Amino acid sequence: MAGGRRPVIIELGHFALVLALAAALLQGSLPMIGAARGDAAWMALARPAAFAQLALVAVAFAALTHAYVTSDFSVFNVAQNSHSAKPLLYKITGVWGNHEGSMLLWILILALFGSAVAAFGGNLPPSLRARVLGVQAWIGIGFMTFTLLTSNPFLRQFPAPFDGEDLNPLLQDPGLAFHPPMLYAGYVGFSMAFSFAVAALIEGKVDAAWARWVRPWTLLAWAFLTGGIALGSWWAYYELGWGGWWFWDPVENVSFMPWLLGTALLHSAIVVEKRNALKVWTILLAILTFSLSLIGTFIVRSGVLTSVHAFATDPERGFFILVLLAVAIGGSLLLFALRAPALKAGGLFAPVSREGAMVINNLFLAAACAAVFLGTLYPLFLEAIDGSKVSVGPPFFNATFVPLMVPLVFLMAVGPMLPWKRGDLAGALARLKLAALGAVAAGLVAWYVSNGGPVLAVAALGLAAWLFVGSLVEWADRVKLFRARPRESWARARSLPRAAHGMTLAHAGIAVAMAGMIGSSVWKSEVVTNLRPGESIEVAGYSLLFEGVGRLKGPNYTADRARFTVTRDGDEVAVMFPEKRVYDVRAMPTTEAAIRTTFLADLYAVIGDADGQGGWTVRVYHEPLVPWIWLGCLLMVAGGLTSLSDRRLRIGAPQRAQADRSATRPATA
Amino acid sequence: MIRRLLFLLPVLVFAVIAGYFLWGLAPERDPSDVPTAMLDKPTPAFDLAAVPGLDVPGLATADLAGGEVVMVNFFASWCVPCRAEHAFLSALAEETGVPLYGINHRDEPEDAVAWLAELGNPYQRIGADPGRAAVEWGVTGVPETFIIDGSGRIRWHHRGPLVPEIIERDVKPLLAALRP
Repeated sequence: MAGGRRPVIIELGHFALVLALAAALLQGSLPMIGAARGDAAWMALARPAAFAQLALVAVAFAALTHAYVTSDFSVFNVAQNSHSAKPLLYKITGVWGNHEGSMLLWILILALFGSAVAAFGGNLPPSLRARVLGVQAWIGIGFMTFTLLTSNPFLRQFPAPFDGEDLNPLLQDPGLAFHPPMLYAGYVGFSMAFSFAVAALIEGKVDAAWARWVRPWTLLAWAFLTGGIALGSWWAYYELGWGGWWFWDPVENVSFMPWLLGTALLHSAIVVEKRNALKVWTILLAILTFSLSLIGTFIVRSGVLTSVHAFATDPERGFFILVLLAVAIGGSLLLFALRAPALKAGGLFAPVSREGAMVINNLFLAAACAAVFLGTLYPLFLEAIDGSKVSVGPPFFNATFVPLMVPLVFLMAVGPMLPWKRGDLAGALARLKLAALGAVAAGLVAWYVSNGGPVLAVAALGLAAWLFVGSLVEWADRVKLFRARPRESWARARSLPRAAHGMTLAHAGIAVAMAGMIGSSVWKSEVVTNLRPGESIEVAGYSLLFEGVGRLKGPNYTADRARFTVTRDGDEVAVMFPEKRVYDVRAMPTTEAAIRTTFLADLYAVIGDADGQGGWTVRVYHEPLVPWIWLGCLLMVAGGLTSLSDRRLRIGAPQRAQADRSATRPATA
Repeated sequence: MIRRLLFLLPVLVFAVIAGYFLWGLAPERDPSDVPTAMLDKPTPAFDLAAVPGLDVPGLATADLAGGEVVMVNFFASWCVPCRAEHAFLSALAEETGVPLYGINHRDEPEDAVAWLAELGNPYQRIGADPGRAAVEWGVTGVPETFIIDGSGRIRWHHRGPLVPEIIERDVKPLLAALRP
């Protein structure tokens, strides 16, 4: 590996990351001092520094990616996590399929967001922009120091091995390839809300304009996080071979907690924007949402909690992580304790009003987040107190989380019906007659189709229909659907703010996803048996004929591939090919489920082990409504993005926000 | 004043949580070492045939309640940590004289025979388990090791390879206590 130009690239990447750290140090110090002194030149340094940081981090990331693509096994990280026979896609995704590389991706996304503020924040007051970028830089400093000192992906090893140890086969999958970038974009996106909150605390000023700057970043982060979580659960569903899509595992919970608080933040920021109230709470939410993202990134890497799919943990790294968390979370909360009391409290408001509904939404979401937090960390707390070891499983979460969601979903249909300031509950409920009708109809259909299924599940499906119809009714009322001529409705729909369309989409998405979760949890049927070729099994009206197993060679694995002919009432409807793969390098078996979807339900087949006497273990699941979970998530993401495209958000803060700051100069390019 | 304290609450709560995290980082703590639900319960009923081609008898429930303390170790030839613990396990059995029984988990008989021929066989009995016994014992992966007292109850359990540190810290004191 000596000589040539190629081996130098990785050192260049290493060097670029060190320079990026220097740029971040500059960005985190001079503009902050400039903002305190009112020195415009020093404040203006934040923008070029943010761009330089992004360029340098991008070089570092490209260098590591290059090492993966060219299979440069003299780089320790590449040798540990890649293999020359791996398909190109997984060579690239392998960059972030490990602890060190994923930290680099985190830093890259952070720098991207920082540059986005620098590029699009032209209408921000210069001192606020300097401080936001400064806080953002400090987050970057923490992460880059952590990466360079404890998790450096650029280290070499000599002699270089002939080939790598391959990526964990479970991660060699298109769904998981893009799960980490989306999830990180969500986590890191919340850093913007955090930076804005900390900057506002330093400035001592929170107003409607501030909320209007925070909201698009929060929306973007929220949409990414929703997509990331959905991709992760979809992957778990088709790859792990159990037909489950959520396990309340710590790794899942830590991504779900920022989602819950981020959702609350989205809504409370609207109240700040429209009513100039709920400011302190919104600041706290912004800090906590990102704090939970930090905990989400870190806790599974520190060895504090155990999980079925954690990164390789290292307690020595853990201490560094804890210091980082203490500085970021402890520091910002301390700042909150010192500065927030000085913020001017907003006006009082009536409980039955749009803002009242938002407060209730926030209470339920925060309580749900607290329940998940307790359930996730309870094993640690209990072990610390009396040394006993427990694991908290789905029963706890079902008993705490679900009851909090029921009233929330019920009110989700009511809230949008209430006007700001003072609402009319009776009037709102009267407008929801159609939703109630829809709920009863859906309940009856579910009851009939499931032959008198569990009452609670039927009621829950009715609740989902209530929300779905209620959301559509609200939208239909606003555009006067069927009550005015189509041309007028069309015109009204076009002039409706995009955020209103977005809300309808997202709320309807929750309803659809909820129906999917209920259907697949309650009416799932499952058959696990041992089959010989020629035998068949019956599941939910389908008959699966097992025709046998053949051997198949993939690029870096060998597979046993089974063939099932699926018939329903004697008619052939599908042929399914579940596989069991053994990856050559890690000798690790994975299942590749065969899934046939009808949109109303999935038929899911998995092939297990041979019993040595001609028979095979076969698992078949029938899961009603399960595709709706991801369809609902897709609707939520679409809703978020639609809302993000709202003209009011794109244009940013209204001019009056700048008018009341006498010292404000026009933004420089 | 009360209002001030209210604003301090978040950072105080975080300090408490951070304290727990700090405790959780202690290097000797292993969060994955969840005790088995089988602890202090009789071993499940099972009857495993001998591994074909191996001159070692099989293993059944009756073999574990003979009034003697025994160790049961789940292993497989395809399991790398099993290879790592093998020497320590053999030395432990030899040094203490405690009978060591093996359960060969989801293995090809010829692979198991070759593996034991290569590394030596410390097991007095070996049952071939196609997978069922592991489920009944609550085993989540190989290797796992159980210590069973004279009355056939599971007294100790460990997931993962038995390294010298654990043997000295946990296994030997327990064996000494169980065997008067």
